[in-house]
Amino acid sequence: MVENRPGLTFFAHAVLVAGVLLVAFPVYVTFVASTHTLEAILQVPMPLWPGDRFWENYTQVLTAGSTKGSKAAAATMLVNSTVMALVIPLGKITISILSAFAIVYFRFPLRMFIFWMIFVTLMLPVEVRIIPTFKVIADLGMLNSYAGLTVPLIASATATFLFRQFFMTVPDELAEAARVDGASPMRFFRDVLLPLSKTTMAALFVIQFIYGWNQYLWPLLITTDESMYTTVIGIKRMIVGGDATNEWNLIMATAILAMLPPALVVLLMQKWFVKGLVETEK
Amino acid sequence: MAAVSLRNVRKSYTSDLQVIHGVSMDIADGEFIVILGPSGCGKSTLLRMVAGLETITAGEITIGDRVVNNLEPKDRDIAMVFQNYALYPHMSVYDNMSYGLRIRGLSKEDISQRVKKAADILELSKFLDRKPRALSGGQRQRVAMGRAIVREPQVFLFDEPLSNLDAKLRVQMRGELQALHRRLGTTSLFVTHDQVEAMTLAQRMIVMNAGRAEQIGAPLEVYAKPATTFVAGFIGSPPMNLIPRDGKLLGIRPEHLEPCGEAEAMLSVQVDLIEPLGADTLVYGHIGDPGGNGGNGGAGARVAARLHASVDARTGRLPLRYDTGNVHWFDPASGKRIEG
Repeated sequence: MVENRPGLTFFAHAVLVAGVLLVAFPVYVTFVASTHTLEAILQVPMPLWPGDRFWENYTQVLTAGSTKGSKAAAATMLVNSTVMALVIPLGKITISILSAFAIVYFRFPLRMFIFWMIFVTLMLPVEVRIIPTFKVIADLGMLNSYAGLTVPLIASATATFLFRQFFMTVPDELAEAARVDGASPMRFFRDVLLPLSKTTMAALFVIQFIYGWNQYLWPLLITTDESMYTTVIGIKRMIVGGDATNEWNLIMATAILAMLPPALVVLLMQKWFVKGLVETEK
Repeated sequence: MAAVSLRNVRKSYTSDLQVIHGVSMDIADGEFIVILGPSGCGKSTLLRMVAGLETITAGEITIGDRVVNNLEPKDRDIAMVFQNYALYPHMSVYDNMSYGLRIRGLSKEDISQRVKKAADILELSKFLDRKPRALSGGQRQRVAMGRAIVREPQVFLFDEPLSNLDAKLRVQMRGELQALHRRLGTTSLFVTHDQVEAMTLAQRMIVMNAGRAEQIGAPLEVYAKPATTFVAGFIGSPPMNLIPRDGKLLGIRPEHLEPCGEAEAMLSVQVDLIEPLGADTLVYGHIGDPGGNGGNGGAGARVAARLHASVDARTGRLPLRYDTGNVHWFDPASGKRIEG
């Protein structure tokens, strides 16, 4: 808007500031809680300034987890989460971009049928098919393994659909020009489609990284071994019973650790992420 | 370079949807052929069949002495320039031009030498590092041509390459294309719907209508002796006047009509539209009065005349004469030319 109306500007800013406070305050409280002793944060009201137990609390959770609940070290859990959050998006992107390539650029029997089959699975979230999926993974002996954590979440109709939509906007003449130039289909895929899809891939990576990092129900089901816990599960396993018995300071420290990597990925890839969602380089 | 020949080439998508109804033509080595027709006449399909981007339903296409019906585009030794240029957006001009050569496994020195040579011809040397989006329409057009030139193919195929340019650039590129063909002498097939492009570029042209070749010939020959009413109506602007007379169609070009006195009038036109163009003036109108005393038949037909600018054109009745040597006759049923 180009209008100059001070009242409106003030109002807009007030709404934005209120929004920021609403989102940021709980995060701040989490951070404050993670720097106090358990006794200090069980006071009413809770202290609102950071305490002096930052190093102690974080060293404790990173190396040994909580003392009363789960003893899994947050460092191991962060590694597990990172593996899961990297393998899922990379696997999804690899498989989806290849299936989208097949669906858009090749004529084969039942092409549209297969596309619709993939598309229909969009309507079935992980939770709906979780029992059969668990049975399959358990029978394959993949409980408590990275494969079990990631493989069932890799297939993605959303990503296939997104790449298909992107490929459909690439002019047909580009594929024809490559054909006249003598490029084989896979060469065209590698030399032309992949570089053009860079921003789409980056956007998908960010979304799927967070999706993988935040997985809760699935890792909760298939990990029973502390060494395979992901961070999000670790937090759940630290909570053992009534309010007073939980070490909220340590739980909050783990929560802060769990929040950092996704925030970092979004910050670092923000430029690409936005580009991938709004523009297509053509 | 090579000769190209089309032998009764047909294309159908389904049994009842046929888009090319048997086109035959022999194109000599080094000839510049323009395929001209309105949109939807199958001209681009025909070109794409030569390129190998569309399958050939029936008939035979040869390039040089090879039948290419079942060859992939890359094995046909052709290069194609697309209407929207189809440049690879993420590659520099240099990479765009050299991509096909790299796939063919030419040496680095050889590639760079060929690209430099083509860039010199097309005045693109300064832009080799740029991406296509940093170029103007005319420059992109040249890169697309450069990509074809570096391949040193037997045949160039152009699919309406100038239609995305503005009018002034189009005229300039037309000239450059002519110069390029003179210099390289490569057999070329050029598809367009623009009759001016066809007239100026073609050594011979093929006028297509609804999947059939209506006429094949040198531009001036096609202009002077249109084989059918379709060709007569398609070539020339405004198109040839077709006036029903004595059970036949009389064709006369607008520039062959001249104003005259009432006594010599061979046509009398009720002018209702005047378009002064500077050098000359176009007038349009219907023949004759409703009473039918304007001439001998054809009352009501719409006629255009190209008059010299010195003529003071006004709406209303205008007597016209023509030289009988400039008259064409057509059969109204078949649309075919009647000789003699």
